[in-house]
Amino acid sequence: MIRDITIGQYYPTNSYIHRLDPRVKILSTFAYIISLFLIDNYIGYLIVALFIYTITKVAKIPLKFILKGLKAIFIIVLFTVILNVFMAPGETILYEFGKVKVTLEGIKLAIRMVSRLVLLIIGSSLMTLTTSPIELTDGIESLLKPFSKIGVPAHEIAMMMSISLRFIPILLEETDKIMKAQMARGADFESGGIIKRAKALIPILVPLFISAFRRADELAMAMEARCYRGGENRTRMKELRYESKDYIALSIMAILVVVTILI
Amino acid sequence: MAIKLENLTYTYNPGTPFEKKAMSDVNIHIPKGQFVGLIGHTGSGKSTLIQHLNGLIKPTSGNIYINGRNIHNKDEVSIKDVRQQVGLVFQYPEYQLFEMNIYKDVAFGPENMGLSKEEVKERVHKALSMVNIGEDMFDKSPFELSGGQKRRVAIAGVLAMEPEILILDEPTAGLDPKGREEILGQVSKMHEELGITVILVSHSMEDVAKYVDRLVVMKGGKVELDGIPREIFNHIEELEDMGLAAPQIRYIMEELSAKGMDVKKDILTVEEAADIIASYLKKGGIRSDS
Ligand SMILES: Nc1ncnc2c1ncn2[C@@H]1O[C@H](COP(=O)(O)OP(=O)(O)OP(=O)(O)O)[C@@H](O)[C@H]1O
Ligand SMILES: [Mg+2]
Repeated sequence: MIRDITIGQYYPTNSYIHRLDPRVKILSTFAYIISLFLIDNYIGYLIVALFIYTITKVAKIPLKFILKGLKAIFIIVLFTVILNVFMAPGETILYEFGKVKVTLEGIKLAIRMVSRLVLLIIGSSLMTLTTSPIELTDGIESLLKPFSKIGVPAHEIAMMMSISLRFIPILLEETDKIMKAQMARGADFESGGIIKRAKALIPILVPLFISAFRRADELAMAMEARCYRGGENRTRMKELRYESKDYIALSIMAILVVVTILI
Repeated sequence: MAIKLENLTYTYNPGTPFEKKAMSDVNIHIPKGQFVGLIGHTGSGKSTLIQHLNGLIKPTSGNIYINGRNIHNKDEVSIKDVRQQVGLVFQYPEYQLFEMNIYKDVAFGPENMGLSKEEVKERVHKALSMVNIGEDMFDKSPFELSGGQKRRVAIAGVLAMEPEILILDEPTAGLDPKGREEILGQVSKMHEELGITVILVSHSMEDVAKYVDRLVVMKGGKVELDGIPREIFNHIEELEDMGLAAPQIRYIMEELSAKGMDVKKDILTVEEAADIIASYLKKGGIRSDS
């Protein structure tokens, strides 16, 4: 039931993109977001859209899967469109009823905002789709490492992130299980007014919290039993190392940023 | 209350890389009042199968009939009625407890059915006495009970709905021998006294050998064997290939007869074996050639 959420999911295909160093993907995503905000004309958006389309093809991720993830932000997109079309100031009035005016400038702005939003979501979800949570946190830890000298707890942040990411699917599964168990006892989550529905959540939330605390406790104990003492002196099984494919990917990103600045 | 499954197929997460066919083309007919054991290696699709029976998951293809009515046809029967008729006790049901006290937790099901206060009270008392939880415990929080007690309260929560078909997914996992005996003995008693249909999912060959009338063996989402336990346990090699086994006592009888004792091999319980060995010894025992 709740397993349909795709944002933040990992989609394993072992493509060229999947095999890139996670640090490259994180940096590239930042570069991508920056270039998205530098663009000020339609050709720029077109280039970026083509670029992102190529990446999805190379990553072997079905377009359908990505578009499915966009459904979750449909409301935000709709809101952006309405806000921009009706509220943006402009001269060229296309349509008018009463106080509400639709202007050419408004429509243009709406198109720009929506393109930006959609491309932003697709671009950043591509990072999580092609990078497993473990790689992602390894990458973050490694990128934050230089800042640990000024007191940034790089290892702790990364460990917290990886544990939270790890727990999301577990909690979803648990919720699914508990919901089913209560439905088997005749619980009804779909009918009734707001108060009745909120009340219907209690039989899910109480067991869910209890099990979340139990799991957290067990995990902490299991980690301690295996001598976890924070990041100090910890070695890793897979050291991150830049390879030639990573330099190629970074160069391509640099070109994209330059192109978006120039046009 | 007969159950009929027709060409049941189920796929988890269709259309994603996590796609997983958990059941394919399952056909089972269970007549009213039968005590059925469902066994199979882990991941063979037992839990998936039983969740279909009260409409918690909808088959990718195929049909489910409870008492001749297709449960996914709203004109024939409402899903609420199905869930009341088919009581499903999940694996580790104690994790679904949530109320302030035991009484209220068991009352959750009957209340959802819209019964009157008196009826709810009567059912809660009946259900809890069936699982041997005394009235002095009713006000206790379910969270201060022991694991076995929690399990029994959770089972009572389903029994209180008085289902005509009772399905239990590994109800004895993680319990001590006494706790297992109590729960299964209780279920067996209800089966005899109330004439309800019972489906028991279990990894214990001893348990199913002792209680069930019929065994369904699943392998990789398919029904591999289906018959009376005595007959099913004759397929020892097939069972072992699937990562299952026959009851321990059966192996002892095999050994004894390999050693030359002329005893019946297709037995199910320790008691049965004891009788056979005793009468064999009384008859004069050891054959002349050994
Ligand atoms: N929610 C789910 N999402 C995806 N796949 C699942 C899900 N639940 C089960 N599966 C898969 O379906 C298959 C059948 O699982 P199922 O839980 O029915 O097995 P089982 O026979 O009950 O096993 P066990 O004896 O371990 O309880 C397994 O391969 C499992 O990985
Ligand atoms: Mg199971």
